[in-house]
Amino acid sequence: MKRSEAATWFIAPALLLLAAVTIYPIIHVIYLSLHRKLLIFGISEFVGLQNFLFLLKDGRFWGALGNTAYFTALSVSGELILGLALALLMNKAFSGKGFVRAMVLIPWAIPTVVSAKMWEWMYNGDFGILNYLLGTKVNWLGDPFWALHAAIMMDVWKTTPFVAILLLAGLQLIPPDLYSAARIDGAGPFRLFRHVTLPLIKPMILIVLIFRSLDAFRVFDAVYVLTGGGPANTTETLSVYAYKVLFQTLQIGYGSALAVVVFICVGLIAIGFIGIMGRRVAYR
Amino acid sequence: MRKGLLYISLMLVIFYSVGPLLWQLITSLKMDYELTRIPPLLPENPSLVHYIAIFKGRMFLRVIANSAVVASLTTLFALAIGSLCSFGLAKLATRYKALILGFVLSISMFPPIATVSPLYLVIRSIGLRDTWWALIITYTTFSLPLTIWILTSFFRELPDEIYYAARVDGCTPFQSYYRIVLPLSAPGIFATAILVFIFSWNEFLYALTLTSTQASRTIPVAIALFPGIHEIPWGEIAAASVTVTAPLIILVFAFQRRIIEGLTGGAVKG
Repeated sequence: MKRSEAATWFIAPALLLLAAVTIYPIIHVIYLSLHRKLLIFGISEFVGLQNFLFLLKDGRFWGALGNTAYFTALSVSGELILGLALALLMNKAFSGKGFVRAMVLIPWAIPTVVSAKMWEWMYNGDFGILNYLLGTKVNWLGDPFWALHAAIMMDVWKTTPFVAILLLAGLQLIPPDLYSAARIDGAGPFRLFRHVTLPLIKPMILIVLIFRSLDAFRVFDAVYVLTGGGPANTTETLSVYAYKVLFQTLQIGYGSALAVVVFICVGLIAIGFIGIMGRRVAYR
Repeated sequence: MRKGLLYISLMLVIFYSVGPLLWQLITSLKMDYELTRIPPLLPENPSLVHYIAIFKGRMFLRVIANSAVVASLTTLFALAIGSLCSFGLAKLATRYKALILGFVLSISMFPPIATVSPLYLVIRSIGLRDTWWALIITYTTFSLPLTIWILTSFFRELPDEIYYAARVDGCTPFQSYYRIVLPLSAPGIFATAILVFIFSWNEFLYALTLTSTQASRTIPVAIALFPGIHEIPWGEIAAASVTVTAPLIILVFAFQRRIIEGLTGGAVKG
């Protein structure tokens, strides 16, 4: 048996499973999005692009798109800044590194649902520890302005470890000689960071940005469990809206159209980032 | 002086990271009447009443068992199928390798919401709704991209000579995979296993749609839908949260290095 022939047998099971459980549903969801399908009434008829046309006039959809974009932009930048600070800190020499890293990883390991419940309790307007510590009386999750920011703060807390760990790996790849050389040339800590550290971890920052942006844009659990999309849909993201249309009002056709839009957006973000990375590599 | 500043910052970081969980632990030990007043911060008479409450009625035990079975079997299947594929990609296939890896990577970017409605319809029509298998099949597939990426990079690091030597000695490709490559990559396989297990233990969207009763309901769904008679039972939610997070904390402390290896290996080499 030739090498490539044997390879087929090793690779085929994984590819078949991926095709059946990911590719087929994507094709099916596009098909569903072209239909008016109401499960309870047994209605299923082809309507062409009507769902998508309706979507353009759906204020709730635009609201959800705005919330999702805002959530993604703010939480990813927050995670990046905090994560970078944490990575720089953990890259210093100190004893008990393993212990600190394990502690830092804890928010990453906690199920999102559990962390949403934890934060919901901390955000509680009457008995929450956050108001107590800050000396405020904010109704964090009931206030249209604060609710989305509360969700963002929770997401930043939950995913900063991931960012920090990846950036730390990037920092550790920088040869120490570079720093000593720059120091001999008279560079201070700020210029070291600006001209040595930052350029060298830029590729890692881009990788982290891709992973986190795609993840943040599809956010579901964090928002669904923390606020359910409320108050008055001010925290509703695209995935949450699509879920509600699919499984609460059971409009499979329209919900699928929303899901297709999420898919397209995520695809565009991915293509955008790959374009940026490609150009950078070509530039080198 | 500078060392002092460093340690103070590290303490702040640790406090920020574990503070919310610590507060949940404190909450879980308070009696109900203590939950609705702050201060004091600490419970006057720490009590296990909420822990006793969640384990009464056996519903919660069943949910933990569901999660344990689903996460363990998913880990087993994802690693078996994924490592076969990675072996094929790293040691056998000559053509299409980049294409297949690119395909696998792009699948990992699919938003779960886009695939959930067709999967729900299919799983319902073949009668697998509300069973362990609905979740195991789904999770195994969605864990494959990560598994394949990490393991392919691990297998590539093994010198090809080892593989050829095994072949010359009369091993079939499968034997050389099973007897030589797998044992030599144990650390990478272990790192991947932890990540897949944590993913399956924590997943919410598919668990919410594909399960409907305690026959297959997993921990995240049970906690999200925690039943309250009059008001939200914060004490019991806190006790449940602490209980299901404990195994993850143990995993993190025991295998922190492996987890970091897996996370960075999956991202960097990818």
